Order: sequence, then structure tokens, then C-alpha cells
Amino acid sequence: MLWLAIFFLVPMVFLGYQSLESGLFPHFEFTWQWSNFSDALSGYHTQLIRSFVYAGIATLACLVLAYPLAYWIAFRAGPWRNLFLLFIVAPFFVTYLVRTLAWLNILADQGPVVRVLRDVHVLGPDGRLLATTFAVVAGITYNFLPFMALPIYVSLEQMDPRLLEASKDLYASSTQAFLRVTLPLSMPGIVAGTLLTFIPAAGDFINAALLGTPKQAMIGNVIQAKFLESLDYPTAASLSFILMGTIMIMLLIYAKVVGSERLTG
Amino acid sequence: MTTVAETLARPSRASFASRAWRFVARHSLTVYALLVVGYLMLPIVVVILFSFNHPTGRFNYVWHKFTFENWIHWNAVLGIQGAVEKSLEVAALATIVATALGTLIALAIVRHRFAGRGATNVLIFLPMSTPEIVMGSSLLALFLNDQNTIQLGFWTIFIAHVMFIISFVVVTVKARLIGFDRHLEEAAMDLGANEWVTFQKVTLPLLAPAILAAGLLGFALSIDDFVITYLNAGPVQTFPIFVWGVARVAVPPQVNVVASGIFLVAIALGLANVFWQYRAAKSTRGGT
Repeated sequence: MLWLAIFFLVPMVFLGYQSLESGLFPHFEFTWQWSNFSDALSGYHTQLIRSFVYAGIATLACLVLAYPLAYWIAFRAGPWRNLFLLFIVAPFFVTYLVRTLAWLNILADQGPVVRVLRDVHVLGPDGRLLATTFAVVAGITYNFLPFMALPIYVSLEQMDPRLLEASKDLYASSTQAFLRVTLPLSMPGIVAGTLLTFIPAAGDFINAALLGTPKQAMIGNVIQAKFLESLDYPTAASLSFILMGTIMIMLLIYAKVVGSERLTG
Repeated sequence: MTTVAETLARPSRASFASRAWRFVARHSLTVYALLVVGYLMLPIVVVILFSFNHPTGRFNYVWHKFTFENWIHWNAVLGIQGAVEKSLEVAALATIVATALGTLIALAIVRHRFAGRGATNVLIFLPMSTPEIVMGSSLLALFLNDQNTIQLGFWTIFIAHVMFIISFVVVTVKARLIGFDRHLEEAAMDLGANEWVTFQKVTLPLLAPAILAAGLLGFALSIDDFVITYLNAGPVQTFPIFVWGVARVAVPPQVNVVASGIFLVAIALGLANVFWQYRAAKSTRGGT
């Protein structure tokens, strides 16, 4: 069984290598250029903050949409449960880019949604949905909704229904039962869901690129452009690191608030 | 109206009010849940619908005319067939390697106490908790570091895909291993099987559903991945990269055809699974 250890060491070295490598600046001389970090931060803090704001809004929207859905599937869908679970994961089966592009069709200026909104004067006669913050956040919400719904469903599904009966026996109203029993028991699912949604959403650049304009550019767009278009590797690498570092700090704060055993649990 | 309702309700007011409230709550919840499902389904319907569109100009944004043309000539667009084939190749190869490695790692983590076990656990978790862009760019940094020996292309994509699939495989298989009854293995040993035979005849078949699930998940992730692939692809085009390329100009309906095709295959597998589980549940219920 020693060879197992060798086999698992290979990818581990890869991972370690990878996490170390991005701190160095290939092709450029390695000179402890800490100013890269401060330059990157001062140049792109708008996009960085915007990324976290968008990701935060999208995560909240996902929670609001996903929780009742997961609750309904877990407790009300009966024999249709598995079918509805399949509905939740169905978007995964359509290529990410293509399903994001589908929102271009839906929100298009000539499309039905914009027309209706213009008719009821929610939008002005020239109002658009595409290329707005709304489109980008809605796109992110859509793409990461399953990540929120599935963990919540799992935690609700594991719940022992007798606990609810017990709370009823102890004269809890259904609201009280929900707040005191169901909600706390589904917390692990909510925590896992918010992490699975927030982290990839903060680094996402596809929605901003396809549904937005440079005005909605997120940090992922900057990193991608720096790496592949302007070939400015040091800045791109330090931005990646800043993004990861910020997420780590947020994770730690989050862990403090909700309790660390729930994060790894 | 209200007075009638009130007088009628008065004798058992609490129970009536609470029953009415529960009725509203129950059905509004159903409606809400179905609306969310609708939101999830909408783009899929649009993708499939527009794969049958006969667009007027270069843009496939507005519905014009129904046609099967795009499905019959799905590879009429330059580069699309090569991209799809490349995607399938990468996904198949990366999935096989990652599933094998991932299963072994899961076995090692659950079964053996070794130095650095905790660290391994964290390392496995890390790729899932870092944004793709960070993972992709750090791999790119690694590859760029040594440009004389490493050429960006098929193999860099392969390495990247194995990297991110492994984590998901480990998590899936680990979950199954934790609920694993080790007495079965001990029984096999007692019956004279050596370690390898036991592994082959007992451990592996019991893990098979988890390994299969992990493999399917890995394949799906690999075929769908854009961010990491894009950063590490060099000149190679997979299907998502192809889509990204045409998205900047005009997306031909053939892209919808391929996406719908992938979707239909996946959903057929999913439905078969739902059906199978349903039958299994029914037969066990019938048996007792």
C-alpha cells in the first residue's frame, strides 16, 4: 500500500507547486517586487470591490430563490423528488458559455422581455437590459443557483421529520417550528451553498464579458486580459493572489461567525 | 363578504385562520418553487429552440423560421467538428486518469493514517474553494515558467483538467468509503483471499457506483470547462473555446445544436437513473 502514497504525492506536488508558482513572476526577473501588489491594488480596486459586490448580491439572490425551492422539493415534491433534482442540475448539462449566451436571446433589445418591460414603462423607450449591471448579476445568479440549491436540499432531506412533530407537540406554531428547528438544521447546507456560490462568482468573468460592458468588468476580466492580451504576467499573478487572499480572509471571518466546524463539516 | 366569513369563522377561528394560512403558504410555496424551476429551465428551452431557427442575418437572436438544417449540417461551421472532438478526447482521457488517481487518494485518506493526512485533505479541498481564474492562471504561470520544454496545448489542458477533476472524484468516493462496512473485507480475508483479490472482488465492486458517479461528474466538468482551459490551451480549441471565439462575432445556430445534443445525452442518462431508482425503490417496497 506504499505505492498509494506515491500516487497521491504526484498531484499533491503539482498543487503545491501551483500555489507557490503564481507568487513568482515567470519571464520577469524575480526581484521581490512587492510594489506589483500595491500597483495592482490601486489600479484595479474598483473591479475588485465590484466583483465582491456582484458576487454578494448574486449569492443573496440565489439563497432567496433556492431555499424555498429546496424546501419544496425536500418536503412537498413526494415521488417527484428525483425528477425535480434533475431539473436543478439540468443547467449543468448545457455548456456554461452557451447557457449564458441564451440570456442574450432572452434579454435582447428586440426580445419579448424588454418589449414587455418597455410597454409597462419599467424601462424607458430606449431602455435595455443587456449590457447593464442587472444582466450581469442575473447571469451570475442563474449560473450558480444549482450550487446553492443542492447543499440546502441535502441538509433538509437528512432532517428527521420526527423533530418537527416533537416541536409541534411542544406547542410550537409552524413559524416557530421553522425558525427554531428547520432553519438551524439546514444551516450547514446554507453555509456550504453560500461558499459554493460566492467563491466562483467572485472570480467569474464570463457573465461580465458576455452580458455586460467594460463598465461591469470584474476582477476576473482584468486577470484574464492581463494574462492573455497584454501579457502582463506579474500584475495578473498578483491580482490572482489578491483575489485568493481576500477570499481567504472572508472565509476566516465567515468561519468565525458561523463556527468553523460547519465549514469543514 | 368579510362579515359573513368572519361570523362563519368565529366558532373555530384559530383553527380556520391557521388552516387558511397553511393553505396559502403551501400553495404559494409550490407556485414559487415552480417559478424558480421555470427560471432554471428558460435558457435551456431557448438554446434548444434556437437550434431549430433559420436566422435571417448572421445573428441568431431573433426567431425567424423553423428548420432542421442546422441539425443535419451541424458541422457546416468551420472548426466546430474539430473542437467537439478535441473536447471529447480531453474529457475521456482526463476523466480516466483523474478517476483512477482520485480513487486511490480517497482510499489512502480514509484507510491510512500517515503524516500529512490533514494537509492532503486541505489540498484536496483547495481547488474547489479557489476561483477557477486563480487556478487557471497559477497553472499558466507554472507552464510559462518553462517554455522550452512545455508547449501550451493538448497536454497542458489535460494536466489542468486532471487537476480539477481529482478533487471532485476524491470527495465523491470518500463519501462512499466512510459509510463502507469493513467487515466485508475482513470476511473475504478470512475466506483466504489475499489483499489484491479482496480489493478486486470486494472493495472495487462495492465502490463501483461512487466511482462511476465520480467519472460521469468529471467528464461533465471537463467538457464544460472554459476558464481553466482557455488560459492553458495555447492554440488548441475545445468546444467552449470555440464558442467563446464565435461569441465575439456571431454565434451560428450549430453551436446550439451541439449544446442541445450534449444536453439531451446527459438528460437521457439522468432520466434513466431517476427511472432506475424509482423502480429499485418500488421493488424493495414490493419485496417487504
